Amino acid sequence: MAPKSADALRVPVASLQRRAPDVAQPVIVDVRGLGKTFKKGVRAVDGVHLQVRKGEIFAFLGPNGAGKSTTIKMLCTLLRPTDGKASIAGFDIETSPREVRRRIGLVFQERTLDDQLTAEQNLRFHAVLYGVPKREVEERITRVLAVVGLTNRRSDRVSKYSGGMARRLEIARALLHTPDILFLDEPTVGLDPQTRARMWADVRRLRDEQGVTVFMTTHYMDEAEYADRIAIIDHGRIVALDTPARLKAQVGLDKVLLSTADDAKAAAALAKKGMTAEATAKGLVLKVPDGEAAVARIVGAAGTGVRNVSVHKPSLDDVFMHFTGHEIRPEGAQDGAMARAWMASTRGR
Amino acid sequence: MTQFGNEVRTALMVWRRELIRFTRSPARVITGFVQPILLLFVLGYGLGKLVPGYQQFIFPGAVAMNVITTAIFSGVSIVWDREFGFLREMLVAPVSRSSILAGKVLGGAVVATLQGCLILVLAPVVGVSLGFVAILQFLGGALLMAVSLTAFGVFVASRMKKIDGFQAVMQFLLFPMIFLSGSQFPLQDVPLWLAALNRLDPLTYAVDPLRRILLDPANLAPDLATLSQRSQVQFFGETIPMWSEFVAMALFAALFFGLAVLSFRKAEQ
Ligand SMILES: Nc1ncnc2c1ncn2[C@@H]1O[C@H](COP(=O)(O)OP(=O)(O)O)[C@@H](O)[C@H]1O
Ligand SMILES: [Mg+2]
Repeated sequence: MAPKSADALRVPVASLQRRAPDVAQPVIVDVRGLGKTFKKGVRAVDGVHLQVRKGEIFAFLGPNGAGKSTTIKMLCTLLRPTDGKASIAGFDIETSPREVRRRIGLVFQERTLDDQLTAEQNLRFHAVLYGVPKREVEERITRVLAVVGLTNRRSDRVSKYSGGMARRLEIARALLHTPDILFLDEPTVGLDPQTRARMWADVRRLRDEQGVTVFMTTHYMDEAEYADRIAIIDHGRIVALDTPARLKAQVGLDKVLLSTADDAKAAAALAKKGMTAEATAKGLVLKVPDGEAAVARIVGAAGTGVRNVSVHKPSLDDVFMHFTGHEIRPEGAQDGAMARAWMASTRGR
Repeated sequence: MTQFGNEVRTALMVWRRELIRFTRSPARVITGFVQPILLLFVLGYGLGKLVPGYQQFIFPGAVAMNVITTAIFSGVSIVWDREFGFLREMLVAPVSRSSILAGKVLGGAVVATLQGCLILVLAPVVGVSLGFVAILQFLGGALLMAVSLTAFGVFVASRMKKIDGFQAVMQFLLFPMIFLSGSQFPLQDVPLWLAALNRLDPLTYAVDPLRRILLDPANLAPDLATLSQRSQVQFFGETIPMWSEFVAMALFAALFFGLAVLSFRKAEQ
């Protein structure tokens, strides 16, 4: 399921206030050199190193097969690492898996609800699994359903839920045992843009109001923008880790795209004024520190016949390209095929 | 809440889920009637013409087979739980595998017993008289049998990657086991190889006591009494006591429950 358009969700991003990691907060996810080599010799995760502080929204961005799910599964004690160490809320994932499980809320890439049960029954089941005290169950169910806006669907069978509602219910369920940290593995895959936007609003609200730490993965660029910090992962390795703004700053200059009646002539004119323009299929591209400010100067220098000018700030796509040397994934209908292959490979275990 | 309390609550909750799911699929109960009705009214009637008393004779076997298939199915349904993801929700919880599997096995067994024994209501139609005590004994025996077969089903499921494997399990395991169990005909005065296979089949010790409960030779018409007498499991010419068969069932249940827990510990992280 390809994102409809990166811009569809971008509107609120500008108004987001992201938090730089607050060093006063304790480190809640501490990963040191974590690696996983599967039996067939597949090196899915290769020496991952990262720290997430309490209250952060941390995103793992990478293409399909990059090792995101494998990392999350190791952190959630579902898969044993072959090397390295990690701890969650101070508990080692290998030596204290039960303590870790108690403190995390999990939403998997694949759906894990019982369709035959109602939303409430699914939640009650979860409450028992996680030892939520009996007298608190009722109140907590009411609260988590309200958080995700499913209060009036409480007694509906999950089989009647839409994909988006099911996802929200899974998030509600993951919150039921008041975890310190919420792991969301590709929580928005297969959802329409509105539902995705709504989910993100929910996630941010959770962080803002309840101080929940969020560790999520995505292969959608536009979603990574919502995170406080992003780790770009490719072939099992973290190739960059910083706030979205700083990552973009590292990539560097704005691009001004110019199309004219005669690109060659315009390029020559620009060169005379000391401006280097690169000829591309879409027109001339100039790299400048501040695109908007340079537009007038560029148009003036290019002479007559300018048809179109546009300014492009570095996007996360550029960031990704910069650090990995390739696009996040070859666009196409691969998503489904890979997801199926992945499902098939997990089922046997 | 102590950890132990949590484990018990978990098992009960998993059990309850089995029951809820059971009530959600009434069609299952109806389709469950097909096989025993064929056995009773087609095979039973047809062979009853040749072997007097056969229709009554096959009645406990038909109920037992119904419980057996339902129980195995209940156990194997954990493959669906895996396929639809819910198994993962259970397995990542901070509770032990054995509590989850205990709930699954006990819940599945209760469902199988209820569903399987529902055809006891046909007893008067077939001409088998049922006392209250006999019904209770029968249900008890059926539950024990259902527990062991659900455990067996869960174990099989732990080794099965996909539900497609279920057909193979039925063909290669369940059908031979049912045929060899003597649920449809006495398998006592038969050649040694067949007798040996019959004695090796765990279902033999599940079906035999159930039949003894329903068809006590002491209160039967002569033809049926002979049939029933001749079907009782014997070793070296001696009929073995019923309690030993229950013990065998219990051991079978414990063995496969243990194997299932081990298998799930190893396979699903
Ligand atoms: N159980 C497994 N056995 C073998 N290889 C696996 C298994 N699970 C995942 N992989 C491989 O590990 C790599 C990373 O997979 P994954 O963590 O699922 O990536 P992502 O979640 O980023 O799409 C892929 O090449 C995938 O095929
Ligand atoms: Mg994944």
